[in-house]
Amino acid sequence: MPESSLSTKHLLGIKYITKEDIDLIFDTADSFIDVINRPIKKVPSLRDVTIANLFFENSTRTKMSFELAEKRLSADVVNFSASSSSVKKGETLLDTVNNILAMKVDMVVMRHPVPGAPMFLSKKINANVINAGDGTHEHPTQGLLDSYSIRRKLGEVAGKKVVIIGDVKHSRVALSNIFCLQKLGAEVKVCGPATLIPKHIESLGVGVEYDIDKALRWCDVANVLRIQLERQDIKYIPSLREYNLYYGIDKKRLDRLDREITIMHPGPINRGVELNSDVADSEHSIILQQVENGVAVRMAVLYLLAGRKN
Amino acid sequence: MTRGKVILNSDRLNFTLRRLCYQLIENYDDFSDTCIIGIQEKGALFADRIVSILQDEMGLKVDYGKLDISFYRDDYRRRENPIRPSETTIDFLVEDKRVILIDDVLYTGRTIQAAMSALQHFGRPAEVELLVLVDRRFNRHLPIRADYKGITVDAIDEAYVRVEWKPEHSRDQIKFYSKKVNS
Repeated sequence: MPESSLSTKHLLGIKYITKEDIDLIFDTADSFIDVINRPIKKVPSLRDVTIANLFFENSTRTKMSFELAEKRLSADVVNFSASSSSVKKGETLLDTVNNILAMKVDMVVMRHPVPGAPMFLSKKINANVINAGDGTHEHPTQGLLDSYSIRRKLGEVAGKKVVIIGDVKHSRVALSNIFCLQKLGAEVKVCGPATLIPKHIESLGVGVEYDIDKALRWCDVANVLRIQLERQDIKYIPSLREYNLYYGIDKKRLDRLDREITIMHPGPINRGVELNSDVADSEHSIILQQVENGVAVRMAVLYLLAGRKN
Repeated sequence: MTRGKVILNSDRLNFTLRRLCYQLIENYDDFSDTCIIGIQEKGALFADRIVSILQDEMGLKVDYGKLDISFYRDDYRRRENPIRPSETTIDFLVEDKRVILIDDVLYTGRTIQAAMSALQHFGRPAEVELLVLVDRRFNRHLPIRADYKGITVDAIDEAYVRVEWKPEHSRDQIKFYSKKVNS
C-alpha cells in the first residue's frame, strides 16, 4: 500500500509547505469528494482523535466547514469561541490552549486576529495546529480550496492566469492564494484600487493591474475578494457605490470579454458591491463548488496531519 | 535481498483463475442480482482478471466495482504515514445484492473487516462472500474465512506472499519470501 505524508506537522501557511504537499492534499481530497457525495458521508478514520476548534475571531462558514470535515472523519470535536470564554477575563492565549490540551486534545484548528498566533502556538504545544486564518497573514485552507477548485474546474492549475480582485490589503485569503497558485505554476495578478493594493506586492512575483477590464481580458480565473468593511478603520474607498462602478463585476462586464472566464469568491459575498447577482448566480461562478471542495480539502488536511507519526 | 520462491507459476495460476471462475458460476449462475467488488489496490488487480475471464471468455455480464478501504482501516495512526487512498468506483448500489468480495491475499483478516465496513456505505447487501487468491491459514487476527480460495499457504508471521501480475511484473505468478521485501 503506498504511503505518503506531508512534510510538516502543522498547517500554518501555504508558505511553509511544498508543491508535493499540495499535490498530496489535492489527490487525497479527490477521494473525499467521492466520500461526501455518497449516501453515507462519513468514514471512521479519525474516530480516536479529538479536535479543538479555537475561534478567537468570528467565523461562520470556515468553522462550519472544519466542523463538518471533522465530523465526517468521525473525530470528536470541541468548540471554543473567544466571545464566550475566559479570554474576556484576561487569560493568555497559551494558558487558554494549555487548559484545553490538558483535556487530551490531539489537534487544534485556530483562527486568531493576530498574525503569527498559530506559529507561536505550534512551538509551544505538542498537538497538530491548523491555521484557520491569522489576522491579515494567511488562511491556508482557503488558499488550498481555491486552487483545488481551479484544478477541478479547469483540469490543472499550472499555466493558468489568475487575477485576485479587490481588497488585497486586508486579505489573508489573497496571500495564501498567491503562494498556492505560484507553487502550482499559475501566473498571478492582483487588481483593485491603489489604496487596497499593498505596497511592494510585486516583490512576491505578482503583477499589478488597476484597470479591471484589462485584468479580466487577461485572466482565465477571477478570484473576487470581499470588501472587508470591518477591517477598514480609515476610508480606503470613497463609497461602496463607487467601488461597484469601477471594480464591481456584472454581466455586462463579462459580456464584453471574447471568452468565458471562471469567477470565484471566498464568501460571504457583498452582492452589488464586488459582485452583482447576475454574475454570482451565473454559470461562470463556481462559488458553491468552492464550498463543497472546502470540506473535502479540509478532510484531506486533517486526515494527512492526524495520520502522520509526530 | 531475499529471492522469492515461486509457489504458483504462470500456467498453474491460469488454471486456478479459471477454476475459481467456474466455482463462482456454479453458485451464481448468470450473476443476476450479483456484483463483484475488488479491494483496492492489489485485490482489484486480481478481480480485474476474474471479471475479464467471466465477461470476455465466458460471455457473462457482471456488475463490477472497486472499493478503496484506506479510510476504514484500523491501523491508521499506527503506521509511519497515512495510506494514500485509491479510487472507489462503484456506480451501483449493493442493496439486496449478492456481493462477491475479492482480495489477493487473506492474512490477518483486518483488510476484509475494513472492506465490510466500507461496503455498508453502499447499501445493505443480501449476502457477502469472500474470494481470495491466497489464504494464509495460520495468521488470522479475526474470525474471517474465505468462501473461495486459489491456494492455501502455511507461513509464519515474518514471511511474505506476493502476487505478481503482468504488465507490472514480467509474468503472472505468486512468490513466497521468508522475510518481507519492498514490492
